[in-house]
Amino acid sequence: MSETPMPLWEVFIRNRSGMPHKHCGSVHAADATMALQAARDVYTRRGESVSIWVVPSRAITASDPGDKDQLFEPTASKPYRHPTFYTVPDDVGHM
Amino acid sequence: MKQANVQANIRCAEPAPGASPPALVAYVLGLADDALVLGHRLSEWSGRGPTLEEDIALSNLALDLIGQARFYYAYAGELEGEGRDEDALAYLRDEHAYRNLLLLEQPNGDFAATMVRHVLYAAFIAPYLEALSHSTDPRLAEIAAKAGKEMAYHLRHAAEWVIRLGDGSTESQSRTQVALETLWMYTGEMFEMDAAERGLAAAGIAVDRGSIKPAWDARLARVLGEATLSRPRDGWMQTGGRVSRHTEHLGRLLAEMQVLHRAHPGARW
Repeated sequence: MSETPMPLWEVFIRNRSGMPHKHCGSVHAADATMALQAARDVYTRRGESVSIWVVPSRAITASDPGDKDQLFEPTASKPYRHPTFYTVPDDVGHM
Repeated sequence: MKQANVQANIRCAEPAPGASPPALVAYVLGLADDALVLGHRLSEWSGRGPTLEEDIALSNLALDLIGQARFYYAYAGELEGEGRDEDALAYLRDEHAYRNLLLLEQPNGDFAATMVRHVLYAAFIAPYLEALSHSTDPRLAEIAAKAGKEMAYHLRHAAEWVIRLGDGSTESQSRTQVALETLWMYTGEMFEMDAAERGLAAAGIAVDRGSIKPAWDARLARVLGEATLSRPRDGWMQTGGRVSRHTEHLGRLLAEMQVLHRAHPGARW
C-alpha cells in the first residue's frame, strides 16, 4: 500500500498589523488548507496572531551557513552604506 | 455521598423561591451537558492523536467545549439558586440527571468516526449559537456570541477532515461512510424540542431548532458531496437524552470523568 507523504510547511505569524510576519516553527500537513489549520492550532493558542502564512518548506531556498564569511563578512566594515551621516530634525521623530 | 447526590437531585425538582423557572434551568443545563460530554470525549484523544498537530488540535477543541460548559453551568447554578456551583453540577450529578444529546456520548471510535460525529454536531451548533447570540436573555446571548465563534472553527476543522477522509483512500472512505451510517440515527434528536423549550423559544430566549435544519442540510450536502460520501436515508431516530434516558456509554464516561472529584470531595489545588 503506497502512502503519500505529509510534506513539511514553514509557519510565519504576524502578531500585530503593520509588523512583519515572523517565522515561528513548522508543521506537517497533507495540503495548504490543513497546514493553515495546523498552524492555527499549534502556534496561535495564546493569541499570538492576526495573520498566518504557511509555505512549503521545499519552496524556501536558504543560504549555506558555510558561506557566511563570503556572504556577510565584507558588509560588516562598510560604514558608508549606512545612513548615519544625516542629522534628523527633532520634529521628524524616530526613523 | 450517594445519599447526598440523591438529595441534591431531588432538591432540584423544587426551585428555590425567587429562582428562575425550571424550564430555563433545564434548558441551560442541556447546553452545558452537551458541551461537557463532547468536550470530555475529545479529551480522550489527548496523547492518542493521529499526528502531533491533530493531537493538539483535538485537545484545543476539547478545551473550547469544556470552557463553554463552565459558562453554562455557572449560569444554571445561579438560576437554580440552590448553591450548586459548576463543579457540583458537572461532577455530582448522575446519568439520570444529565440532559445531553445521545450523539455526543457515543464513543470516539476511530478518527473518522470522531470527525463525522463532530461535523454532524458542529453543522448544527454553529448556526444555532449564531441565532442564540440574539437571545432576549443577555447572559445566554453573551455566552453564545463567544461559543459561536469557536464552533465556527470546529465546523471548518471537522468538515475539512471529513472531506479528505471521504475522498481519500478506499479504507478511509469506507470507515467514514460506516461512521456516517452508524451515527445518522442520533441526528434527529438535535432538532427536537419539548413543550418547555418551545415556550422559551416563543419568548425569544431559546432558538427554534427546526429553523436550523435547512442550514444543517445544506452544509452537510456540500461536505458529503465533496467527500464523495452518501447521505444516509432518514429513518427512525434515537431519542431520550433530554429526559435523561441515555445509552450505555454515558455511565462509563461519567465514571471516568467524575471519579477524581468524588474521591476527593472539596479538594482544591
